[in-house]
Amino acid sequence: MSEPMVQVHNVTKVYERGRQKIEVLHGLTLDIPKGDFVALMGPSGSGKTTLLNLIGGLDKPTSGEITVGGRRIDQLGSGQLANWRAHNVGFVFQFYNLMPVLTAEGNVELPLLLTKLSGAQRRKNVSVALEVVGLADRAKHKPRELSGGQEQRVAIARALVSDPQLLVCDEPTGDLDRKTADEILGLLQVLNRDHGKTIVIVTHDPKAAEFARRTLHLEKGQLLEQAA
Amino acid sequence: MTRTGFVIANLFRKRVRTLLTLLSVIMAFLLFGLLQSVNTIFSSGADFVGATRLFVQARVSFTTALPLSMVPKLEAIPGVARVAYQQWFGGVVLKTNAQLIMFALDPQRYHDVYSEWKMPEAQWQAFERTRTGLIVGRQLANQFGWKVGQKVPISSNIWPQKNGSKAWEFDLVGIFDGKDEDWQKRTNLAFMQQDYFEEANQFGIKGRTNFFILKLADGANAEAISKTVDAMFENSPDETKTQTEKDFNISFVKQIGDIGLMVRWILFAVFFTLLLVVGNTMAQSVRERVPELAVLKTLGFSDRSVLGFVLAEAFALVLAGGLVGMVLASLAGAWVEKATGGQFLLEVNGAVWSLGVAAIVLMSLAVGLLPALRARRLKIVDALAGH
Repeated sequence: MSEPMVQVHNVTKVYERGRQKIEVLHGLTLDIPKGDFVALMGPSGSGKTTLLNLIGGLDKPTSGEITVGGRRIDQLGSGQLANWRAHNVGFVFQFYNLMPVLTAEGNVELPLLLTKLSGAQRRKNVSVALEVVGLADRAKHKPRELSGGQEQRVAIARALVSDPQLLVCDEPTGDLDRKTADEILGLLQVLNRDHGKTIVIVTHDPKAAEFARRTLHLEKGQLLEQAA
Repeated sequence: MTRTGFVIANLFRKRVRTLLTLLSVIMAFLLFGLLQSVNTIFSSGADFVGATRLFVQARVSFTTALPLSMVPKLEAIPGVARVAYQQWFGGVVLKTNAQLIMFALDPQRYHDVYSEWKMPEAQWQAFERTRTGLIVGRQLANQFGWKVGQKVPISSNIWPQKNGSKAWEFDLVGIFDGKDEDWQKRTNLAFMQQDYFEEANQFGIKGRTNFFILKLADGANAEAISKTVDAMFENSPDETKTQTEKDFNISFVKQIGDIGLMVRWILFAVFFTLLLVVGNTMAQSVRERVPELAVLKTLGFSDRSVLGFVLAEAFALVLAGGLVGMVLASLAGAWVEKATGGQFLLEVNGAVWSLGVAAIVLMSLAVGLLPALRARRLKIVDALAGH
């Protein structure tokens, strides 16, 4: 696990709210090796989600370098970053964020519309992804016809379908009961262990963090280890 | 699933709202199709008539009659080959209330000036010698099922007979066709003898007519002759206004009012309302799914793709409604034309369709562009956080 998947070097992130400047991350440095499963924990406002967004290429740092899978993503333009995200990273959100007008398979197929795969190949990949998350029999159901846990499984299938090496998950179990949350985290563990996916999750839940290989704590925009 | 499928699925996320919006677009384009075809009728100058004839009317208005004593003077002008005249009669077909476009005229002169009307020579001659003779265009004959030889009762509110009766009885002696498709479309006319009109009308109107039609000789200068005519009667009790047949046709319909302007204002109001209705629907639709649009960007769809999705939705909505509206307008136009026996040619033709397609494209851009730009500008992190 020594080859790095994510390298965050001396990253600072400042948000501007009106005239006010808020520095959320202060010169943060972090390495996540390939195949790792990292839980980011910390109090609200500590910068967990901001760090996750930067790693996933949803936002850009104010200063510092971010390299993911050997590519400097902090230097990419908005269009290049969108293209990079489509092929290199999968996202899982707390509230699933599925498209209500699409069926489970439609939702999972959505990222594949950005590829050159044929319709038949897309359908095959979708079917495999739904199989992996154990929802092959729910392919034709719309989100409102699924339970929370099932919706999150569909979201995970959507994150997986284009076969990215990195999965970033923001409070993936925050909206689920304990039992369902454990099932989802177990699924993420399988994806990490058996499919070699590098996973970074943000969570407030220590029990959820136990499913990760290691836990990093953030406070006031710095990793506690760095702060110490 | 395809991108198109995704656009359509999004369009029907709120079915009732989409269907109501669609209905408003359909109604707007139905109105557009019909009104624009009315506008075409009133703004077209009957290009096919050419400039071989001049119309002379009283300078004040064509409702003011001119004396027939002007005929020899007009015929003496170099370049004028023949002069005909027409007196408005109007009239309503008894028991149907159908209004007629009917004139009293001198058959021989009219025949000489209008070679575009095709009718057997025997029928022209019958028209000349039959005092109560009436000739009608093919459309009119078909509409009322009239046959040559039958009596045709026509009532006139303007011209009662000397005995006080409004009912006039005519002998149908001829049915004429147009020389080509354009002229055939105008065979909704009826003509009676000037002599019969003069003898029988209660007001004793005699020796006067509404306008003269000058047939020009080959190579004659229409503009110069027109000026000569008006100069000839300047400062007389019967001052004239002379114009080409095409210009006359335009000014004739504009007596009713500037239909084109009225139609344009109505269409402006319709489309402005439509802009607000559909624009609001699109803006609301984008506002409701800001997080979904952010997710699309998260998944790797570019800003331009997201802009494209929203514009495509607006285009699909306006296109569907617009096409249905235009098809309904075409059907309604055909129905009106059939129901009036071709008297009212409400034709939603290629020109109207072209304008309709242009309106669809412009309307799509007008209602879709602002919400699409908003979707394009969305910042993923802010949108996901609900800012």
